[in-house]
Amino acid sequence: MSALPFVFAALGILCLLFAPGRTRTFVYPVGVSLLGLAAWQATCEFAAPTAFPTPGQTLAAMQQLIASDRLWGDMTASLYRVTWGFFIAAAVGIPLGLVVGWSTRAFKALNPVVQGLRPISPIAWIPIAILWFGIGDGAGVFLIFLSSFFPITVGTTAAVQNISLVHQRSAMNFGLSRLELFRRVVLPAAMPQIITSLRIALGVAWLVIVAAEMVGMSSGLGYLVNDARNMGSRYDLVVATMLVIGAIGIVIDLLICQLQKFDEVRWGYVKR
Amino acid sequence: MDFEQRGKQLRVLEGVDLEVYEGEFLCLLGPSGCGKSTLLNCAAGFIAPTSGRVSIDGRPVTKPDPRRVFVFQEYGIFPWASVWDNVALGLRRLPKKEQHAIIQRTIDMVGLTGFEKSYPMELSGGMKQRVEVARALAVSPDVIFMDEPFGALDSLTRLSMRSEIIRIWQQERKTILFVTHDVDESVQLADRVVVMSSRPGRIVDVVEIEARHPRNQSSPEYTRIKTRLFEKLGVSASI
Repeated sequence: MSALPFVFAALGILCLLFAPGRTRTFVYPVGVSLLGLAAWQATCEFAAPTAFPTPGQTLAAMQQLIASDRLWGDMTASLYRVTWGFFIAAAVGIPLGLVVGWSTRAFKALNPVVQGLRPISPIAWIPIAILWFGIGDGAGVFLIFLSSFFPITVGTTAAVQNISLVHQRSAMNFGLSRLELFRRVVLPAAMPQIITSLRIALGVAWLVIVAAEMVGMSSGLGYLVNDARNMGSRYDLVVATMLVIGAIGIVIDLLICQLQKFDEVRWGYVKR
Repeated sequence: MDFEQRGKQLRVLEGVDLEVYEGEFLCLLGPSGCGKSTLLNCAAGFIAPTSGRVSIDGRPVTKPDPRRVFVFQEYGIFPWASVWDNVALGLRRLPKKEQHAIIQRTIDMVGLTGFEKSYPMELSGGMKQRVEVARALAVSPDVIFMDEPFGALDSLTRLSMRSEIIRIWQQERKTILFVTHDVDESVQLADRVVVMSSRPGRIVDVVEIEARHPRNQSSPEYTRIKTRLFEKLGVSASI
């Protein structure tokens, strides 16, 4: 066995043991990743050479990806589909969730339909999506819309239904009109939970787009994963693409988490 | 007042006949579950009695109104708004300059100067209750209903909040209907104490307290009233 796993492990342990307090948020994950790298490298050296690419091979493949034209085009394609699908889902799902949560009649009428359609995996919709939109961005946007719509709507409905009676009574006490009640109580009270459901929906969307692209698209990061395998079993490219997918996923999540920092919603994430 | 619970009628209040005078500080004293909060909610117009009626100044009470503000035990103020915006809730229809003057005055009155821009999650329990009292005072209501407003606070804060509410009451002379299960609290605060029994809630007695504020806890008068209240509640004061 080479020295590499031990080097990684040693660096990882150093990170975990000696990170000063303020830097721990960043250094601890680095430490854990280094330990993971050590395990990865060690496993590759023990197992058959074709079972899984080594970290070194993956790094080389990553450089190849970045240098090539394909990565940026595929990244853009995936991100484009997710962005559009997600925003349309939010634009439709949040208002619908607010109505269904607030009106008992709307809830009785629409909730069963939502719950009935929700369990159908977006992947199962792929044939229909391709039938309606052809193979391309349209189908991708549609699938992401479907996968995001349900968590957003259900989450928003729950958020509205969870508004405390005390807040509603305070609002009535001060003579708020229905519109004022909505603007000053319902919407702000529901907002933290709505943002949480947006965050969940975005995570799901990123999962779904990769799967959808593997099955039914001709571009995108999912398609790239399949393509890498098909053109000569380039598993190093496969793993490199997987890492890119993971990295973009983290960045997207961090971006949407910024929404949680506003004063008007911070209260929703604090332990009472 | 009857509630339906699991298919059966639950009689929560029975035979309650009470008259409240303008400007007085009235306490509803009773054990948990005796219906005093229900009575207060009826008086405020949040729920309608199954029989009987509530009227203020001769006019029937059918729904909540800004002239009769309710102060809750906790979580009454909006966590998504700053102290300033919370106090401003009842004043939103007024012109900005007038609002500004009233809000600042009220915030100063409850002792929260300097915290105008803070959010409730940055405040202690006592401070949050002050915000709620400020919010109620800002609209200059006729009646303030307080449902065990200091119940969620620690005992030291409770004592200081009681002094505060008496100070504010003496200054503003509002009619206050105050619900509590704490005998000391009622003796320290009220002009009249309405003692209630539980299940169904009935008025057992009305005790008048003429002592002026500040009331000395060790005076014989205080002890006499306290003993009497304990008697009426059917609770032994010795442990």
